[in-house]
Amino acid sequence: MIRVTVNGAPHRFERPLVVEELIAQLELSGKKVAVERNGEIVPKSAHAATQVADGDALEIVVAVGGG
Amino acid sequence: MAGQDELVVAGRSYASRLLVGTGKYKDFAETRSAIEASGAQIVTVAIRRTNIGQTAGEPSLLDFLPPSKFTYLPNTAGCYNGQDAIRTLRLARELLDGHKLVKLEVLGDPQSLYPNMPETLAAAKQLVKEGFEVMVYCSDDPIQAKMLEDIGCVAVMPLASLIGSGMGILNPWNLQLVIERVGVPVLVDAGVGTASDAAIAMELGCDGVLMNTAIAAARNPILMAQAMNKAVQAGREAFLAGRMPKKLYSATPSSPTAGTITSSQPKAA
Repeated sequence: MIRVTVNGAPHRFERPLVVEELIAQLELSGKKVAVERNGEIVPKSAHAATQVADGDALEIVVAVGGG
Repeated sequence: MAGQDELVVAGRSYASRLLVGTGKYKDFAETRSAIEASGAQIVTVAIRRTNIGQTAGEPSLLDFLPPSKFTYLPNTAGCYNGQDAIRTLRLARELLDGHKLVKLEVLGDPQSLYPNMPETLAAAKQLVKEGFEVMVYCSDDPIQAKMLEDIGCVAVMPLASLIGSGMGILNPWNLQLVIERVGVPVLVDAGVGTASDAAIAMELGCDGVLMNTAIAAARNPILMAQAMNKAVQAGREAFLAGRMPKKLYSATPSSPTAGTITSSQPKAA
């Protein structure tokens, strides 16, 4: 069991996972998003290889209407 | 004139000098219609946390405004310090596949949304160092506008009045000082309320105008977008044409003074 913070809210996952799996579990696969882990950008090319660890803080963002 | 008089920002040319925001519309369809009516080629977008667990199948802004057709200008709206703004734009660059052109705004407080200039200057410096092409929301202070240019910003964007206020061009003299002092494009960002405001900004010699609320909050946003398109063009043409000098207390008739059928004319005072 790991505990991580995603977009400011607590989430639990059964076992350690990579960013790509986390995106899938949050039902965000296929959506155009950008990910930051502990303050650092995780490039798309690294989603499959970047491990999410217990205590990590992630931000997952999209483009929305704005001025 | 058409085709040659283009807005050049960071080495790329744009036929339209009107930049528009994509916020506050009823839905994405209205957003798209208004933006098409405005003729804008550069559109601002905000970067926000995605909703988790309730987004399946929800349409995205990018589907309605394809990045192939519009130049996206991700902003840092809602950031009150330089670090948050820098993080937001790093995420934007990742989200938009390495896109470098960004709008930096670091706000001072939520009541005025006035720029925090010390934070803005520091963030601009860092972003330029990281290879971003920074268009920057700023105060209409010519000294700090020049500092932003010297840092390497590709455009400076002073407010004409408070964001979302629709109060128009409150200090044309300061805008003119900024325009005279700064070599990179100067765009009015914030405060435009109606078409004449946009025309005034362009007549002063601004290189462009960025607006959102003036269009989105109009009763008929699509009609207002059309009006803004024309106003920006009209103001630009008037600026290029060079207006006649203002002559206080001295009228000059447009018609010949000789050959009238009147028997006498009063003497000038």
